[in-house]
Amino acid sequence: MSNKVTDEDIDILLLKNGHILDPNANIDRVADILIEKDTIKEIGKNISKHGKTIDCKDKTIVPGLIDMHTHLREPGYEYKETIATGVAAARAGGFTAIACMPNTNPVIDSRSYIEFIKKRAKGLLVDVYPIGSVTKGMLGEELTEMGDMVAAGAVGFSDDGLPIKNSLILRSSLEYSKIFGTPIIEHCEDLNLSGDGVMNEGYYATLLGLSAIPSISEEVMVMRDILIAEFTHSPIHIAHVSTKGSVKIIEDAKKRGVKVTAETCPHYLLLTDKNLTSFDTNMKMKPPLRTEEDKKALIEGLTKGVIDVIASDHAPHHSDEKDIEFNKAAFGIIGLETTVGLILTHFVNKRIFSLPDFIEMMSVRPRKILDLPLITIDKNSPANITILDVNQEWKVDKNTFKSKSRNTPFEGWEMKGKSVGVINNGKYYLNI
Amino acid sequence: MELKSRHLLGLENISPSNIKMFLDTAFSFKKVLQRPIPKVPTLRGKTVVNLFFEPSTRTRFSFELAEKRLSADTINFSTASSSVLKGETLKDTIRNIESMKIDLVVIRHSSPGAALFLTQCVDASVINAGDGTHEHPTQALLDMMTIQERLGKIKGLNVVIVGDIKHSRVCRSNIFGLQAMGAQVGICGPGPLLPRDIEKLGVTVYPSIEEAIAEADVLNILRIQLERQKGGLFPSLREYRNVYGITKERVDQAKKKLLIMHPGPMNRGVEIDSEIADGEHSVILNQVTNGVAVRMAVLYLLSGKNSSKIIKEST
Repeated sequence: MSNKVTDEDIDILLLKNGHILDPNANIDRVADILIEKDTIKEIGKNISKHGKTIDCKDKTIVPGLIDMHTHLREPGYEYKETIATGVAAARAGGFTAIACMPNTNPVIDSRSYIEFIKKRAKGLLVDVYPIGSVTKGMLGEELTEMGDMVAAGAVGFSDDGLPIKNSLILRSSLEYSKIFGTPIIEHCEDLNLSGDGVMNEGYYATLLGLSAIPSISEEVMVMRDILIAEFTHSPIHIAHVSTKGSVKIIEDAKKRGVKVTAETCPHYLLLTDKNLTSFDTNMKMKPPLRTEEDKKALIEGLTKGVIDVIASDHAPHHSDEKDIEFNKAAFGIIGLETTVGLILTHFVNKRIFSLPDFIEMMSVRPRKILDLPLITIDKNSPANITILDVNQEWKVDKNTFKSKSRNTPFEGWEMKGKSVGVINNGKYYLNI
Repeated sequence: MELKSRHLLGLENISPSNIKMFLDTAFSFKKVLQRPIPKVPTLRGKTVVNLFFEPSTRTRFSFELAEKRLSADTINFSTASSSVLKGETLKDTIRNIESMKIDLVVIRHSSPGAALFLTQCVDASVINAGDGTHEHPTQALLDMMTIQERLGKIKGLNVVIVGDIKHSRVCRSNIFGLQAMGAQVGICGPGPLLPRDIEKLGVTVYPSIEEAIAEADVLNILRIQLERQKGGLFPSLREYRNVYGITKERVDQAKKKLLIMHPGPMNRGVEIDSEIADGEHSVILNQVTNGVAVRMAVLYLLSGKNSSKIIKEST
């Protein structure tokens, strides 16, 4: 696989007859978009201009999507993924931007590592926003130089993969990072309660004899984090929410006015611990797949706006780390190339979420949380666009993935709806 | 009558008729074992590999003896003497072994699902000799054989399993097997050692050992492991004995004649007192004897032999 990502440069690009949908720009109509270099020059009917033209009939043109929770594995684990292959996966999956977590080797815990990522991703279609670690080496002991990292391009801080165990460190990080407008993103897990667990605690773990992670492992930390964020009047973002109890805690906190935001992932909306009965290691991730009841609560949480964002938690692992005994297999699954399709297929096309909801969850809110400029499809705005074909039928085939890894639980799933192209930074990429 | 699967991974989804077939065949083999020369040529030319990735004495000996009694060629593989220590994966290990032409694989492994994983890597029939805290089907079969032998039936009996339910593969296989055969299954043990939602498996949870003994026909007592104490799951072996230990005083309170079972190895004076383990209620050594017969039956039936031919072939 080539490590080089090639995007087509835009001189003139005309998108013909697409259904342009951007609630924030108050636009919902079929029209043409004329892009010159990196800027939208004109939106209107029957634009004609000499240059590259894309027929967007029956396509939906939406603000560029962002996946705010990915693991790109570089530096240190390039055999799983690199920034280049992760970006290629993002581009194919319909994202014009991704944020990447710092649990690399070495950990992204200082300015030079942030600069390294920015340098690797420079000039590409997909914007890569690094998230720095909260603590040095993710050891949970000392705060990182957040100011320096923000100056170099960090958009948030997290020790994702691990919780911030020490409540004082969490408090300090919340109070300290606030001045930079960057959120703390927490992986909520009480490691003592999780123990050596590998799946959700409940009927299926009891049936399978697999050591289990209880829902309270997540919930006690969500509760603690919210209390500390409330006390310090700081924003906090809860990563990969997986339980009904967490949804309830977040809902109550939001009602009280706590500045808490939350994300969940497609797998928690579509799979449950029942899927573990095959001992499929591609069903193994942290937090684990929960119950049908949790799944329903998460979907309801999204429809009510309690959960703000859908992110993939794209976690690539080599087949050598998955094609082994269940207990030993690595936690995590990839998602950059399936997330958009899954949400369109199972939620938008089934009218559980509307397309404007989808845009909120996958473009508008994550950008607000990370304090990134909002994208609008408007004259003279930067052209940052995802082109969707909500009716296209396709089947997940992991061997066509641009990601270096293949650890998906969705292999062979029938889909209806996909991203067929992305435009950003004066470049375009088509996947039609 | 045929087996539904060419593997024996567990008793979770096995039919009562298949369990009965294993038990009936085991009783036939038990007769063979009582002959002056307790050996039959039924598996001559078949190769069985015993893959033991976890320490085991009785299960490994029991399988090995069963294989020898059936005249199979056997290879033993244990972690201590293998390339696993050199970092070889389970998949590579088994593929290497299989390329030497193997008919049956017996596997003991610490990971739940390891036996199932093996069926995805090899063509040989796989027998689960214990996969972590998941299942241990031959143990449950020999437990059922012992109950059947002693009490003449399984259906309608109340079998209570006592101890570390959460970490017990013996318990899971017993629950599935006994329920399939129409027994009532109860469990009793310290709260932290009971897995969540266990009652959804259709078992009765007895809050105290006294209540369990009052209602049980059979007590199956599990080994309590010291490392669970260190894991914060119960206070001490002393306290365990005080609250859950099967003592003479407690057994004397039983309304019915109890059958006392233990899969071994026992911690005498902890989960079971010697007076009970060696007493009139105990069938612990019968379990061990029946273990060989059950494993012969499993090996025999999984190697594609028909159960009705057994007596003919073995004479």
